[in-house]
Amino acid sequence: MNLLVAQAQQIEAPEIDYGAIAPVLIVLGAACISVLLEALLPKHQRWAVQLVLSLLTLVGATGALILYATSERRPAQGVATLAGAIAVDSPSLFLWATLLVLAFGSVLLIADRSVEPGGVFVAQAAIRPGTVQDRAQATKTGMQTEVFPLTLFALGGMMTFVASNDLLTMFIALEVLSLPLYLLCGLARRRRLLSQEAAVKYFLLGAFASAFFLYGVALLYGYAGSVKLSSIAAAAAGTDRSDTLLFAGFGLLVVGLLFKAAVGPFHAWTPDVYQGAPTPVTAFMAACTKVAAFGGILRVLTVAFENTQWEWRGVLYGVAVVSMVIGAVLGLTQTDVKRMIAYSSVAHAGFLLIGSIALVPNGTGVSATMFYLLAYGFTTIAAFGIVSLVRNSDGEATHLSQWAGLAKRSPIVAGVFTFLLLALAGIPLTSGFIGKFVVFSAAIEAGLTPLVVIALVASAVAAFFYLRVIVLMYFSDPAPDGPTVSVPGAFTTIAITLGAVVTLVLGLWPTFVLDWAGTGTFLS
Amino acid sequence: MTWVLIALLVVPLVGALVVSFLRKDDTKAKLVALAFSVVELVLGVLLWTAYKPGGDRIQLAFGVDWIPAFGVRLSFGIDGIALVMIAVIALLIPLVIGAGWTEKLPAGRSQGGYLALILVQEAVTVAVFAATDVFLFYVLFEVMLIPMYFLIGGYGGARRQYAAVKFFLYSFLGGLIMLASAIGAYAMASDELGKGTFDWATLVTVVRDADPTTQTWLFLGFFLAFAIKAPLVPFHTWLPDAAAEAPIGVTVIVVGILDKVGTFGMLRYLLPMFPTASKNLAPLVLVLAVVGVLYGSLLATGQRDMKRFLAYVSIAHFGFIALGIFSFTSQAGVGSVSYMLNHSISTGMLILVIGMVIARGGSSQISDYGGMSKVAPLLAGMLLISGLTTLSLPGTNSFVSEFLVLIGSFPTQPVYTILATVGMVLAALYVLWLYQRMMTGPLRGDALLAAASGPGAVGDPERKTTIGDLNKREIAVLAPLVVIVLALGFFPQPVLDVITPSVGATLTEVGVTDPVSVQEGK
Repeated sequence: MNLLVAQAQQIEAPEIDYGAIAPVLIVLGAACISVLLEALLPKHQRWAVQLVLSLLTLVGATGALILYATSERRPAQGVATLAGAIAVDSPSLFLWATLLVLAFGSVLLIADRSVEPGGVFVAQAAIRPGTVQDRAQATKTGMQTEVFPLTLFALGGMMTFVASNDLLTMFIALEVLSLPLYLLCGLARRRRLLSQEAAVKYFLLGAFASAFFLYGVALLYGYAGSVKLSSIAAAAAGTDRSDTLLFAGFGLLVVGLLFKAAVGPFHAWTPDVYQGAPTPVTAFMAACTKVAAFGGILRVLTVAFENTQWEWRGVLYGVAVVSMVIGAVLGLTQTDVKRMIAYSSVAHAGFLLIGSIALVPNGTGVSATMFYLLAYGFTTIAAFGIVSLVRNSDGEATHLSQWAGLAKRSPIVAGVFTFLLLALAGIPLTSGFIGKFVVFSAAIEAGLTPLVVIALVASAVAAFFYLRVIVLMYFSDPAPDGPTVSVPGAFTTIAITLGAVVTLVLGLWPTFVLDWAGTGTFLS
Repeated sequence: MTWVLIALLVVPLVGALVVSFLRKDDTKAKLVALAFSVVELVLGVLLWTAYKPGGDRIQLAFGVDWIPAFGVRLSFGIDGIALVMIAVIALLIPLVIGAGWTEKLPAGRSQGGYLALILVQEAVTVAVFAATDVFLFYVLFEVMLIPMYFLIGGYGGARRQYAAVKFFLYSFLGGLIMLASAIGAYAMASDELGKGTFDWATLVTVVRDADPTTQTWLFLGFFLAFAIKAPLVPFHTWLPDAAAEAPIGVTVIVVGILDKVGTFGMLRYLLPMFPTASKNLAPLVLVLAVVGVLYGSLLATGQRDMKRFLAYVSIAHFGFIALGIFSFTSQAGVGSVSYMLNHSISTGMLILVIGMVIARGGSSQISDYGGMSKVAPLLAGMLLISGLTTLSLPGTNSFVSEFLVLIGSFPTQPVYTILATVGMVLAALYVLWLYQRMMTGPLRGDALLAAASGPGAVGDPERKTTIGDLNKREIAVLAPLVVIVLALGFFPQPVLDVITPSVGATLTEVGVTDPVSVQEGK
């Protein structure tokens, strides 16, 4: 016993900068409380309490973030806390803020119960699809309120992920963000088999990707003798070790990251999962997972692998091309609006990857990519919000032919969706254009001009499928038994408005966010 | 006087906003839209008087910061070339609204929506010509597509969806490639000056000294966008579809105004920014230009559809304009710019007249008409006048510009000029043949006879038709154009005076001087 105490005294408790990591602590702490509430509260009270708790959490975490970001004592280059496991620097703060605000929009979509009576989530997930009980529950108005703690856990994982300063923390964060998402995907109230198939697919492929990631971490540990990002960079600067270990490790690690970011050719899960998951969850994944995954990619590439970039840049160059081509070309053939946006997100992942590898000469690629992530996230959330409104008796009418003539029936919804599609296409006066512009500028300055030209051609190809939807909505005659557009409740309205307004404002006055994204670099 | 330019940009937008609230009442919408477009015309005249030929390169300039991080400013200003283009927009829009007064829109569409889009298009197009920041120019270049996309797609003919998407994608792709070049120029500026900028005047000074290889790439990026827009063969295939499917007023805007952004861009951006590349690649452009003249003329001759005919006529004319621009003599340059103006007026008039024919017969097929001058002599006369100015008959406005282009190009590019002259002969062929088929001879054609009245009319060689001649509204629309066609045919000097200094400045920026024979010719 004495020996144990003596040993315990030798372990130094790490310094914790509570102010810096307060936003993450608030989110994860609230997630735990939320689980307890799920156990203690009677069923009819849960939805309201959970919703209030989630929203308060997001507001509180954002408040803590603002308080810390504006405080005098915050060191400009950032701070590593928890024994160097978490780095809170300017990019972390930007990405956290992005995640929190995007999560706010997503939670509003998740909470909506007016578009689909009772919400889009299943009342009892354990009931088998197609059974008598299942048909009974389809008409009930309750929902599985566990989605709220699951969302908060996923968000906490994402926030940790973008701030992890070593690969092991990153892996754990990856799992914390992934596991709730797998569950969330399978909770749709309608088309449950499709939803469960999506969840299984996502889980199986995600588990593979995690394995790749972990294997990569192991190899890099073998190479550098440490999982710290900065130690890997330091080890790579010396020349006496085996490059095989380094690059094999890098490759496996990056495969895991690219999978999460839905970059082609690691995108195979994306269309199925986007289509099958409940639309608010799709919005949450499309916006927040993208931010988290690219946040992680940016940090790993910048902090750990910057000095070896000339070795790996060619590989990611190729991956970016493949991703853009897959997204743009396969997007052309889609007939389902959710799958179309999924392929569009693969193309966008290619554009984001361009920004992520534009590290020379002055690292404008990092701030450009972060701006793009913010802009893309808002546009996507609003777009999926609109998708959830167009419905027929079977739920959402996602087949494109059902969108014909929508502008005649509901000009406002069609108008907003058109604007969002133009933003995704990168037409000027939208945030999508400014995002593309900053990323491409950074890439041209980094000497990636051929890649930019390919990206521009891919943008033009992708514009075709966005335009096709606009053509359908405005220039085609509506089908007689076409879907109706639900009048959105307050939550969905706020989420869509938030997304559309940010898309417009960042298209017109991007300076504020651009400056903010460019304030600092990663802590190394 | 900068307020005139600001007002020119703002008035149509305000008009569009007001009109868009009048979707219930078509007549009121038309009156309000017409009123706003007339105000714009008055402002256009004021702008003309405010511009001082021989003054600063860019006049009435103003600007505010937009995205300081990238040195992007909302800055506007005009030179003589932009001035004539803005003036012709202001002139044509009221006529377009007047000509389309009784046009039937597709079911479920209101005049309010249509006219609001037209006014937005007017504002954005004026802004494109007035922008003096390359980034702003690009933004407007792409934004310009959106109202036009909805105008073609929402109000056009049977294949309007196809035409609208094709139009949009062609221009969008061209614009994106131009964006890459613009960013390249920006990166050069930030290397050289320490801080990036998109200001046109500054970029010109930075980029024009770049090494030839870089210049060539940047040139090609901009050139592709302008060649699609202008359009030059082989980037022209969107135009016949767009022109054929768009409603007639929109065809006037596409062919008469939007296309000029391409040639305007060559003068404003390609030549001053990339002088070396412009000179090196001039043979390429000249080949495309001459091929455009001949190909456009031949295809125009063979068209069965009047609106497609118009598109190919324009392609031929754009060949002439590009020939003049890339011959690098001041006469040819002045000729090209005045051609841009005169093409808008002549072709605009031709399109409006053909629109009046189509409004009567309900068909755009040439073979559906014949001997129309018997029932509509005034209309026939107008078609003849607009046709003759299209084929550049001496005494009409186009003759002056075509002649200037040809004599200006001959000293530097004799071969291309001679080849292009064949286009003039073909122009006489396609115009007069069109007139002959539609207007002369006995009354015939399904479109005319479908309107034949009385029982037992079929089979009667003396069938009558209810188709009438021009009414007062149509005369009022065409009369100003006839006056301008003749006035500029005999007294082109006021226009040439405005253009000449700006063209001279452009050529100085390229660093070319007129060959001796041209200087003596002055």
